[in-house]
Amino acid sequence: MTLDDILNPRLGQALRPNIWDAVALILVIGAMVLLVYGGEQTTLPLSALDTSPVSLDPANLPAYALRTTMRMLLAIVCSIIFTLVYATLAAKSRRAEMVLIPLLDILQSVPILGFLTFTVVFFLNLFPGQVFGAELASVFAIFTSQAWNMTFSMYQSIRNVPKDLDDAALSFHLSAWQRFWRLDVPFAMPGLIWNTMMSMSGGWFFVVASEAITVGNTTVTLPGVGSYVALGIQQRNLPAIGYAILTMLLVIIAYDQLLFRPVVAWADKFRFEQTASATEPTSWMLDLFRRTRALRALTYPFAALNRAFSNLHLAIPESLKIPVRSAPSSRTIDAIWLALIVAGTGYAGWKAYQYMSATLGLSDILSAAGFGLITLSRVVVLITLATLIWVPVGVWIGLRPKLAERVQPVAQFLAAFPANLAFPVFVVIIVRYGLDPNIWLSPLMILGTQWYILFNVIAGASAFPTDLREAAGSFHLKGWRWWIKAILPGIFPYYVTGAITASGGSWNASIVAEVASWGDTHLTAKGLGAYIALATEAGDFPRVVLGITVMCILVTLFNRLIWRPLYAFGERRLRLG
Amino acid sequence: MLDIAKNSNLLEIRSVCRSFPKGSGEELLVLEKVDLTILSGEIVGLLGRSGSGKSTLLRIIAGLITPSSGDAKCRGETIAGPPNGVSMVFQSFALFPWLTVLQNVELGLEALGVESDERRKRALAAIDLIGLDGFESAYPKELSGGMRQRVGFARALVVHPDLLLMDEPFSALDVLTAETLRTDLIDLWIEGRLPIKSVLMVTHNIEEAVLMCDRILVFSSNPGRVAAEIRVDLPHPRNRLDPTFRQLVDTIYARMTQRAEVRMPQGIHGTGVGMALSHVSSNVLSGLIETLAGPPYNGHVDLPVLANHLQLEADDIFHLGESLQLLRFAQLSEGDLVLTEAGKRFANLETDARKKLFAEHLMSYVPVMGLIRRVLDERPSHTAPAARFRNELEDYMSEDRADETLKTIVSWARYAELFAYDEQSETFSLENPH
Repeated sequence: MTLDDILNPRLGQALRPNIWDAVALILVIGAMVLLVYGGEQTTLPLSALDTSPVSLDPANLPAYALRTTMRMLLAIVCSIIFTLVYATLAAKSRRAEMVLIPLLDILQSVPILGFLTFTVVFFLNLFPGQVFGAELASVFAIFTSQAWNMTFSMYQSIRNVPKDLDDAALSFHLSAWQRFWRLDVPFAMPGLIWNTMMSMSGGWFFVVASEAITVGNTTVTLPGVGSYVALGIQQRNLPAIGYAILTMLLVIIAYDQLLFRPVVAWADKFRFEQTASATEPTSWMLDLFRRTRALRALTYPFAALNRAFSNLHLAIPESLKIPVRSAPSSRTIDAIWLALIVAGTGYAGWKAYQYMSATLGLSDILSAAGFGLITLSRVVVLITLATLIWVPVGVWIGLRPKLAERVQPVAQFLAAFPANLAFPVFVVIIVRYGLDPNIWLSPLMILGTQWYILFNVIAGASAFPTDLREAAGSFHLKGWRWWIKAILPGIFPYYVTGAITASGGSWNASIVAEVASWGDTHLTAKGLGAYIALATEAGDFPRVVLGITVMCILVTLFNRLIWRPLYAFGERRLRLG
Repeated sequence: MLDIAKNSNLLEIRSVCRSFPKGSGEELLVLEKVDLTILSGEIVGLLGRSGSGKSTLLRIIAGLITPSSGDAKCRGETIAGPPNGVSMVFQSFALFPWLTVLQNVELGLEALGVESDERRKRALAAIDLIGLDGFESAYPKELSGGMRQRVGFARALVVHPDLLLMDEPFSALDVLTAETLRTDLIDLWIEGRLPIKSVLMVTHNIEEAVLMCDRILVFSSNPGRVAAEIRVDLPHPRNRLDPTFRQLVDTIYARMTQRAEVRMPQGIHGTGVGMALSHVSSNVLSGLIETLAGPPYNGHVDLPVLANHLQLEADDIFHLGESLQLLRFAQLSEGDLVLTEAGKRFANLETDARKKLFAEHLMSYVPVMGLIRRVLDERPSHTAPAARFRNELEDYMSEDRADETLKTIVSWARYAELFAYDEQSETFSLENPH
């Protein structure tokens, strides 16, 4: 093929459709129809939810799954837009950075399900009597579970753009806008996509949890898989739960195959390395679209548009143009800025104090803290248990490449699967055998998040260098000595990454895991999660705020005092290669 | 392109200085009162050791950093930000890995707002000129180093700059590839096919400078300033084996070692505790001493010959030579490296005796070693945090230099078994870990 063929496809040949066009066209049209159908449902008045309530007929499940998926999609689009704006602002402006980054750090540790209380009220008031308001509340909940780590990844990428590319962009006179699309975004792409995938995995949990919400006297049940399960629980219908689990399995597989695989395979070119890698990610979906002829020709105008877009000569307001490398800006402005931040924080703190102190006393704070410690000990015990189980298993699998290749996707899939769909199964068992909920509800917290430990350990063990393994073998390193001296240090950075995610997820899950019901039977485990959940149900806002604050503080402390130092240690001393 | 009759000043640099903040908050002068004029139709080389400020000067001209004082003008206009009509070739290529060869080359034109048809035409012409035909749709990672740097050249040439800046453009390439690319470039230049008026290149490779440049400015270090200007009147294509060529190379070698000698009485890169050390492994030093002591050199070698033998750049050879000179194991003079008596003795000793001799020389000739040892001896705990010495070093040098000096101290002291260092806690101590 000559260059001309690539650049200026001769019309006749290029437009003649081939078989791949037909397949791709069906996929595209199908996606559009589904989008429109799903979109129409959201504009109905809220009363429509009562006239056509969620039903347990499995025939409805595809439609419910569609609604759930669309919420997910909308949330991820919002997250990406948010990420581009927020991360860029934080990375390019020193003053914005001072506020935005610590804020992001805190937002990361706020229990998302606690958020729901406020956002549902807020969005319902914004669009009174419309399904749209409730939909937005749900989308917002998912958004809050997805956006932060994506933003962090993007921020760090922009800060770490290689110096020589930075110089090249400057010396070839790229405008700030061109530079953003040509350098910053492509460089951030691999990290951003990986984090988006992680976010999506986490997101399924919250989309399911946020569809059936009760705040005080308001109960909103949005059609979706989550509501379906909620109804199933209410009616003690175990087969319905099974159908829902099956549907979710299919949805996640479809999402992975139709959306993420192609994106990952496509984004391989953005990986910043100067050598071609041995194995490139592949996707049948991407290959399919790449083989189409007519459809590809149709995309040329879009490509041109995209190019024109990234080449727009936009003037960036001077105020945002605080170049990193310029001389330090004037101290007075810094001082004023700092004063503003302090004043704002002080005011917000005072307001929060006023609000809570009106109804709550010291005893409330103490009891919330007590519950917090109970949940903390649960998290610690569960992470320890999961570590003891999954580290050996993960190492065993990871050292067998053939097996790892097959198990790894399953582990990632299990991490994405919303574990709350499976809760009822456990509750049924607890009720049947009359087990103590304080102990037996706890495993639910880690049901969905333990897989992060497993698949990170597998990744670490597979990456363990063969020569080190052989060296260990040739020096007859065996038994516990082999674990302590060879493999554990080798997988440590990976394990910590997995454990951080797992522990963060467990805190969040505690809000739905410490309170469970099956029909009329309600089980409650003592803990901060139950405290927040019950306060939400009762519409007791001050207690919700208190609960969230306590959880926020505990999570932040836990991260700062334990995970961060471990992570830094792993990166500094134990990172191989 | 050889139209010297035009003789207009492309670039004018008048007493430009540049300093960077030191660790201690004071300023470290890296470029002192540099003058440079570039006319139309010449290739000018900036030759110097690393840290001689030649790259800093290039970055000032490229508009990537501003001079602390002095006047930098390009085509009659003061340089503020990357000037028009100047483009740059990078040592690391600096290609965008997510853009194809064609897209990389078109990038500079896009930024200038050149229409897409015109853009493509010019990009293809540049690709053609530089010998990249057929690689238009390849991604950089699919190319070899030489081909990547060709993309770097095409990208710089496509905007038709008056002045082409090259920052050690061949130093990341292997010897053969670099030579091919140099020859290709010079051929295009003498045939007048390059759409540029002049070239300014930074290099630390003496032969490369003599091979390509019409004029060579030799930089001295600490602070960087122009030590000599050498005209090269040999006609292109130049032959490396030509006696005149060889002699020119030898002259420049001698000139560059001369600098080191002049500084010698007071030590190197500063004196006393503030002596900046370049990290050279003790293994390399012993290996070099052995090589020098053995045949065919028998304690005396011509630097270009040694560079050739060890396949090292002039810059690395200077580093090695200076470290040996600092420790009084060898002496640099007139482009030669001569072993001292101690050096000869060292070559014949066993490992433990070598360590002992090395330790003696460290204590006598590297003041900071003595200081650390004294502090450790005096303190009851026999430990001291590295920060204590780093701060002291930063009174004399930049943070980077202080770091490198500290690293050198640790590695030499470990070899000489003078004192121990714990990386985790960043402390020196007297105890030996066995």
